[in-house]
Amino acid sequence: MKVDRRSFLSFVIGGAAGTALSPLPWKLMDDSSIWSQMWPWTPVPPDGEVVYENSTCSLCPGGCGISVRKVDNRAVKIEGRPGHPVNDGSICILGLSGLQMLYGPTRIKSPMKRIGERGEGKWQKISWDEAIAILTEKLTDIRDKGEAHTVAAIAGSDSGTVPALIRRFMTAYGSPNFMRSPSQRDVDELAVKALFGGDGRTGFDVENADYILSFGSGFVDGWGSPVRMFKAASLWKEKNITVVQVEPRLSNSAAKATRWVPLNPGTEADLALGIAAVLVDENMLDTRAVSGLGSWKNDLLAAYATEKVSQTTGVAAGVIVDLAKGFAGANRPLALCGRGKGLVSGSLRETAAVYLLNALSGNINREGGMWAMPEADYIQWPDVATDNLASAGLVQPRLDGAGTGKYADARYLTNRLADSVNGGGPYPMQALLVAGANPCHDLPDTQRVRAAFARIPFIVSFSSFQDETAAMADLLMPDHVYLERYEDVPIGAGLAQQMIGLSKPVVSPQFNTRHLGEVLIATAMAMGGSIANAFPWDDYETCLEETLAEKWDSLMETGVWVQADTEPVADTFQLAGMDAPAVQAEGDVNSFPLLLVPYDAIQLTSGYVGEAPFMIKAVADTVIKGTDGFIEVNPQTARAAGLAEGERARLTTPRGEAQVCVHLFEGIQPGVLAMVRGLGHTAYDGHLAGKGVNINELIGPVEDPSTGFDAAWGIRAKLAKA
Amino acid sequence: MSTLDEKAQAGMDDHAAHGGDGKASGAGGFIILFFIIGFAASMVLGWVIFPKLLYSQKQQPLNFNHALHVEEVGEGCQACHYFREDGSFSGIPKLAQCTECHEEPMGDTEDEAIFVEQYVTKDREVPWLSYSRQPDCVFFSHAAHVIGAKMDCVVCHGHIGESEVSRPYEYNRLTGYSRDIWGKNIAGFKRNSWDRMKMDDCAACHKEADAIHDVSVQTQRGHCYVCHK
Repeated sequence: MKVDRRSFLSFVIGGAAGTALSPLPWKLMDDSSIWSQMWPWTPVPPDGEVVYENSTCSLCPGGCGISVRKVDNRAVKIEGRPGHPVNDGSICILGLSGLQMLYGPTRIKSPMKRIGERGEGKWQKISWDEAIAILTEKLTDIRDKGEAHTVAAIAGSDSGTVPALIRRFMTAYGSPNFMRSPSQRDVDELAVKALFGGDGRTGFDVENADYILSFGSGFVDGWGSPVRMFKAASLWKEKNITVVQVEPRLSNSAAKATRWVPLNPGTEADLALGIAAVLVDENMLDTRAVSGLGSWKNDLLAAYATEKVSQTTGVAAGVIVDLAKGFAGANRPLALCGRGKGLVSGSLRETAAVYLLNALSGNINREGGMWAMPEADYIQWPDVATDNLASAGLVQPRLDGAGTGKYADARYLTNRLADSVNGGGPYPMQALLVAGANPCHDLPDTQRVRAAFARIPFIVSFSSFQDETAAMADLLMPDHVYLERYEDVPIGAGLAQQMIGLSKPVVSPQFNTRHLGEVLIATAMAMGGSIANAFPWDDYETCLEETLAEKWDSLMETGVWVQADTEPVADTFQLAGMDAPAVQAEGDVNSFPLLLVPYDAIQLTSGYVGEAPFMIKAVADTVIKGTDGFIEVNPQTARAAGLAEGERARLTTPRGEAQVCVHLFEGIQPGVLAMVRGLGHTAYDGHLAGKGVNINELIGPVEDPSTGFDAAWGIRAKLAKA
Repeated sequence: MSTLDEKAQAGMDDHAAHGGDGKASGAGGFIILFFIIGFAASMVLGWVIFPKLLYSQKQQPLNFNHALHVEEVGEGCQACHYFREDGSFSGIPKLAQCTECHEEPMGDTEDEAIFVEQYVTKDREVPWLSYSRQPDCVFFSHAAHVIGAKMDCVVCHGHIGESEVSRPYEYNRLTGYSRDIWGKNIAGFKRNSWDRMKMDDCAACHKEADAIHDVSVQTQRGHCYVCHK
């Protein structure tokens, strides 16, 4: 039998005929189409029972109510909670992105200790018992040497039970060095104390005001409680209310306002006092609530004559009078301050001057006005019974100098921390605990902050994320993220009401993390003695439930507790703080002819958590493009420097230099440059790290001589072709 | 005779002229033989070997006796495969549902022991393999069929409720989906309504029901968007 060509062809034809009559081709065709339509590697969310869990967002101080959609045990979407007194169903981009923080790859998944050089990123996973033992041993060592005061703690906030537990721990341990991340809240609290004579904060009834005069407050850029402010801005538009934005740069808020009044950077206080002088001069004021005005009137008129103010601020005299008349002519005018999101403490002079306008319009503690809100006082724990070691530590001065001498009125001066550790302080710092804060990225003059951190022998980070500060730590004790834990969230953020939100675990902890409250209680127990006695609770949940007492049930049910009537701190406004000298930008005009000012964007600068990929995606390519960060330059300034749109330039300030790209922008004065805050991360993952420039590398703190707070609103700079 | 046949005939004549007498008929026989061999081989490949290659088998994590459970729970399928309050279908029960009764071992079968030791005490979900899961491009609502159209479970799922052991789960190596969708019969022949659940099977029923339902043009029963969202 010879297999010739014919036989072979016959075999093939027979094979083809047989194949066509078998299911093989038809089935394969069907399968390959199913396969190609549903690649097995395409992620498909698993099906399951859909439930909504209510909680409170604590990613920013806004305190929005959230409703998290879950499929079985997986959270799939965060929405605003309808009917919530702060945000009524709306949510911001940061709140929406929360799931990327919960499930994202930059979480710290277990306690770890450093095994390489500092900042090298070499860690070893350890158990919680071991982590607590390391912390306990270190702290006990320091304390036994009588140096308890050399330990410091930085927290993101000082309100609520978790910060209160940190502070309590520090007190029982014997250190006066509890600090809070700087923000406009610092100067606001001090202003309330100086102007109203009591502890508290301001609240603004923005919904009922009928004329808004905002001194750079980014009401749609994240100022106050951001979602509430978006809604207020829409309401103003609906009601046809005049909104004036006084700001050197055409921000989103300025663009949304009825009128944008550009002025020379850093002269907001002068303009506010100039307007006050017009009100006084033309007798367009309500003096009922202001004490001591009579004797001060002449000083004010002399120092802030309209022409003079016009020269300082660059705002035409006619406009100043116009603003004064508009403000006085409204029934419930409201003046706001705190630049951008209010991330920098700011100067007392400016704050007091703006609050004075509210006082002069008679709009204090009234509907549509400014309220002097007392501090939330629901945390009523017995005083700590300190032992000798602790008592000896507590009488030591604070490392940042707050509360004594010329800084007597300041509670925290975290901006002075770096200088203090770098040699300017009364004693060296031996250990630092950091929770809910990222000072190595967020504090001005980052290089100096990093240098200070390098000098601190022992740093513990409680951060849930691999941020810049965690990278500098020796021990990582990761906290749960807000969607995994119980916590009370007292809502300040400019609300004219006292409110407490409750964060509840929406999902079970994803990794081997532990609630900071639990860690503090466990560490106190391990240290024993008077420290253990200061923490009489079995666990954090018991502490929270006991602290909230009668509010607990309603908080568990509704997620938010609103105080019905609040007694304001005081109804009388005392004149204070306005005679301080103006805060100048750092740098010499001759070497640095330009001014660099930071600005805030709603997609960025979201506090210590770092931006989620969703948010970075929403940033315009005139702010970051690839990894390049942009600065806004007036075309006139750019022309003088020979720079065109998109060109690279070298930006130099007295504190540092950086390579930037130029974005030509008519909305900024000639001679002024603007750069967004919040970029230039070195930690986190590729979504965030290495993108843009951290403006804190270029700008340093400028101390307000009357308070000690950082009041830097900009820095002198120069720009050259790269 | 067609032109093609004429040409073929001419070719054969030509061949015969060159090749000699005896060999011509023998070669023709071989040709047919080779045709038959090719045909038979591909038939065997397509009908017997191919299905074996295409499908792979997995055992369920443990044997589940439907018949026993149906008898015990009394409410039929809905006792365990129920509709949630929002109308969505619960599908295969979660561990929490099982432990309502099985906190402690019930009975002394081997499967019960595996279930309690491996899953209940360790609080792990049982990784059941679903025989009936449709591809991801299909939107399927149990409520529309069971509550809306009042269809019986058996119409699509057959008599699984009477099974005493879990049959092996067969899945397509290419697509990863269960064999039950195409059906056990590789040629796609079906005798019962539950033998196969391909698009045509859905469409046949939807077409029949079309006369009863009055819906919009885009989403008429039998139209794409009903199932492919």
